[in-house]
Amino acid sequence: MKLVLEKRSEHSEFMTLMSPLLAIALTVFTGAIIFAIQGLNPFEALYVYFIEPLTSMWSLEEVFVKAAPLILIGAGLSVCYMANVWNIGAEGQLTMGAIVGSIVPIVFTSWQSPLTLVAMIALGALGGALYGAIPAFLKNRFNANEILTSLMLVYIAQLFLDWVVRGPWKDPKGFNFPQSIAFEGWQLFPTLGDGRVHIGIILAVIAVVILTVLMSRTLKGFEILVIGNSPRAGRFAGFSRKKIVWFCLLLSGGLAGIAGIGEVAGPSGQLQPTVSPGYGFTAIIVAFLGRLNPIGVLFAGVMLAITYIGGEAAQIDLGVSDKTAQVFQGILLFFILACDTLILYRIKMLTSTKQQSVAAE
Amino acid sequence: MKKILGFAAAIALSLAIVPASAADKLKVGFVYVGPVGDHGWSYQHDQGRKAIEEKFGDKVETTYVEKVAEGPDAERAIERLARKGSKLIFTTSFGFMEPTLKVAKRFPDVKFEHATGYKRADNVSTYSSRFYEGRYIIGQIAAKQSKSGVAGYIASFPIPEVVRGINAFMLGAQSVNPDFKLKVVWVNSWFDPGKEADAAKVLIGQGADIVTQHTDSTAPLQIAQEQGVHGFGQASDMAAFAPKAQYTSIIDDWASYYINRTQAALDGTWKSEDTWGGLNEKMVVMADYTNLPDDVKKAAQETEAKIASGELHPFQGPITKQDGSVAVKEGETVAVGELLGMNWYVKGIDDQLPQ
Amino acid sequence: MDATQAVILTIITASTPLLLAAIGELVTERSGVLNLGVEGMMVMGAVCGFAAAYTTGNPYIGILAGVFGGVALAFFFAILTQTLATNQVATGLALTLLGLGLSGLIGESFVGLPGVKLQQLSIPFLSTIPFIGPILFGQDILVYASVALIFATTYVLFKTRVGLIIRSVGDNHNSAHALGYNVIAVRYACIMFGGACSGLAGAYLSLAYTPQWIENMTAGRGWVALALVVFSTWLPKRLAIGAYLFGAVWIMGLYVQALGFGIPSQFLSSLPYVVTIIALVIISGNKTLTRVNTPACIGQTFVPDR
Repeated sequence: MKLVLEKRSEHSEFMTLMSPLLAIALTVFTGAIIFAIQGLNPFEALYVYFIEPLTSMWSLEEVFVKAAPLILIGAGLSVCYMANVWNIGAEGQLTMGAIVGSIVPIVFTSWQSPLTLVAMIALGALGGALYGAIPAFLKNRFNANEILTSLMLVYIAQLFLDWVVRGPWKDPKGFNFPQSIAFEGWQLFPTLGDGRVHIGIILAVIAVVILTVLMSRTLKGFEILVIGNSPRAGRFAGFSRKKIVWFCLLLSGGLAGIAGIGEVAGPSGQLQPTVSPGYGFTAIIVAFLGRLNPIGVLFAGVMLAITYIGGEAAQIDLGVSDKTAQVFQGILLFFILACDTLILYRIKMLTSTKQQSVAAE
Repeated sequence: MKKILGFAAAIALSLAIVPASAADKLKVGFVYVGPVGDHGWSYQHDQGRKAIEEKFGDKVETTYVEKVAEGPDAERAIERLARKGSKLIFTTSFGFMEPTLKVAKRFPDVKFEHATGYKRADNVSTYSSRFYEGRYIIGQIAAKQSKSGVAGYIASFPIPEVVRGINAFMLGAQSVNPDFKLKVVWVNSWFDPGKEADAAKVLIGQGADIVTQHTDSTAPLQIAQEQGVHGFGQASDMAAFAPKAQYTSIIDDWASYYINRTQAALDGTWKSEDTWGGLNEKMVVMADYTNLPDDVKKAAQETEAKIASGELHPFQGPITKQDGSVAVKEGETVAVGELLGMNWYVKGIDDQLPQ
Repeated sequence: MDATQAVILTIITASTPLLLAAIGELVTERSGVLNLGVEGMMVMGAVCGFAAAYTTGNPYIGILAGVFGGVALAFFFAILTQTLATNQVATGLALTLLGLGLSGLIGESFVGLPGVKLQQLSIPFLSTIPFIGPILFGQDILVYASVALIFATTYVLFKTRVGLIIRSVGDNHNSAHALGYNVIAVRYACIMFGGACSGLAGAYLSLAYTPQWIENMTAGRGWVALALVVFSTWLPKRLAIGAYLFGAVWIMGLYVQALGFGIPSQFLSSLPYVVTIIALVIISGNKTLTRVNTPACIGQTFVPDR
């Protein structure tokens, strides 16, 4: 017996709705088994994991603190990937955005104006975009693979940040510990409510709206879709692949840069040797979970944030190790990806065909 | 995606079992920067946590969060512990300083303990260990045992803690051999066994026959054993990994401190203070001296006793800085503030401190 | 031991895991599949290798277990991307996540235990030749395996029918399918070969490089291996050059530091990455080379029509 895929003539509407539900059901089921193996009450564990983060105002707010950078970066990356531009160095662009945006509060310490924050965000975007421009330039000028260059640039950015906070930007009153001076009130992202949710989440939603319009209503969006689907067709239509590469990397780099300054001027409040717990990499998953659609990214970002917060809660409430949370996340992603297959394909069981003899085992 | 959440919510709510909270127990929370499996910094803190459980049994309940990134995530992890009823919370990395203070402000009735920082509040204590005391001893051993007169030092990040350790090691070595040489390699990581091993090989290749480290993995010692040289363990006793190469190890022993502070919290005598304990307080413990001739071993034990009793201070003058200026005159010791923020090398170290 | 010799030996050890993992990924990519899960397969190889060697006391059983760990994860990847036609980039990233988590769980009880070291072979007489003896004849079996794999993959990919099939599947899966080759089966095999090599690389870390198990002990080497494949323009021999070059720059960064010039260590640490980018720019600039060798179908999903 063997499973084969058969392409559907059109996307299955039914499966588009069912596939995420199926994935969740499978994950819940597998998760229950994993928790049971570890001697935990599976129902309790699943509750802590998925539901508890949504039950209190505080953790709900924390979900949005975590989701904001994921959505910002993920939205930019979804456009990139749509155009077949493989920027996987958003973490580095985020880091450079954080550094460049911090020029205002660290170098021009006393400049207090309504424009301070605007300048910080603009510089953050600029830093990220310029750093994203490097792989774009290398790609267009030298044909250098952007997966590789953007990834290598992540390590370089992180080491540069490390040097900056231990060297020139070290807080002079900080006993030579690696951290910048703490930002003042007017240099911090205003919070919404009394928790830690800051305007970053609003910026994220704005970015999603703009990108949705861009992709569905503008010529640029059309160019991206055409070139992404078929570079040849794009050429015939007179679209420039090089321009798209520039556009995508500047855009996603800029958004990552905003996410970076948002972390520093938001929950962190100062520049430290690490700006992000890998948001730039997690956002890649977010982009795919959102099916490379900005609105999808919005939900995927929140969804992934919930599993992080839930995983943390599970550690404290149930003593589930951090590793279990990671495995659980991996499995969730696998199921979501696998179930998406059902949208495009129909799975058929073959019981006896000649294909069977050459089937891979 | 909305539907996903709705569906999941429906399932789980229908099955929800809210965990009952244990009454009357003192809940003690820990926040670790690394995995408890690092066999170094976080591992030793977790040993301290286990010591509390063993000592107080039913009277306490401990929880921990591991691999908490320094930065925004830390604040949430700490706050979550506070919200879940922890009344005493240990945050065990320097980068948790600001997050700890922020959460402490919101939870005035919870007691916080922050390791290796310098900012305190009414409900935030700080604590750290005088690891440099142990480093002075191993410096002496190194100078006595080295044939080439060169030691290699694998350092993590140029923070005062690490610089202090390098200086203490060098001062100990110079007290035996004034011409002793020390080569330093910064690996820019607390924890990368491969890179630490590479650094050890490079140092040995450049003539070091003693390898010491201020990083957490056992890799450098294993390399030392492989190449027939010697070294010292870090954070925990690493003899099992290199029985022929380890002379001794500087062990972080948080158990006594954690037990004392938990006791104080139980008794209601806890108050905010700064603890900087060393050999005397048993917060720094030397592993068994092995692979050493008797006289060297005896001398090491004597130095250990002298430091513990306060008769000897590793940073006793006269000390000259690398640039030739005087750090402290004879008869004085380096001031505490200067020790805490140390960013200069003593004379004779073959490296320039990243500024 | 003389200093140059020590440096060369250190470079070989640092380069070998990169080389092992990268050669597997090269074959995978030649068949048109991009598996970004190298880091995850590698760390699984490390933990399985360590666990088996520790339990049995035999490092060679450890090597086999490491291979098994890598293959098991790769099989997972193959089911998803080949049978279920999922996106390879996303699946590979998920694989890394799963591998890191799963290895942590498996390894929980092996932390802090001294491992079993894979001994050098020290070929009699030859390994005692001054200078080159220890370098050429005093390595462990995995170092030789990595070199042998370079030659073997070069031979198989470019001189045999199997290699031709792999390359044609990677270059144009539709015509390969039309010619009657089972694209999916070929890719399954290449993915599993990639997993085996990554597992071997992981086992090298936990058995030879630093014989112990620690969480995340791969520390990003899987990503470097991926980068090396692109750098090599999918040619095994150039891959070897790349791996040793990367290892050399990596070690020289530490070496220069130990000499005490006072260059900020962060700059020296970032040097290997800068060099990789520069080398890549130089190689990619040569359009004939890259265009000829890049598997045209890389990363694309193939579902046979019937």
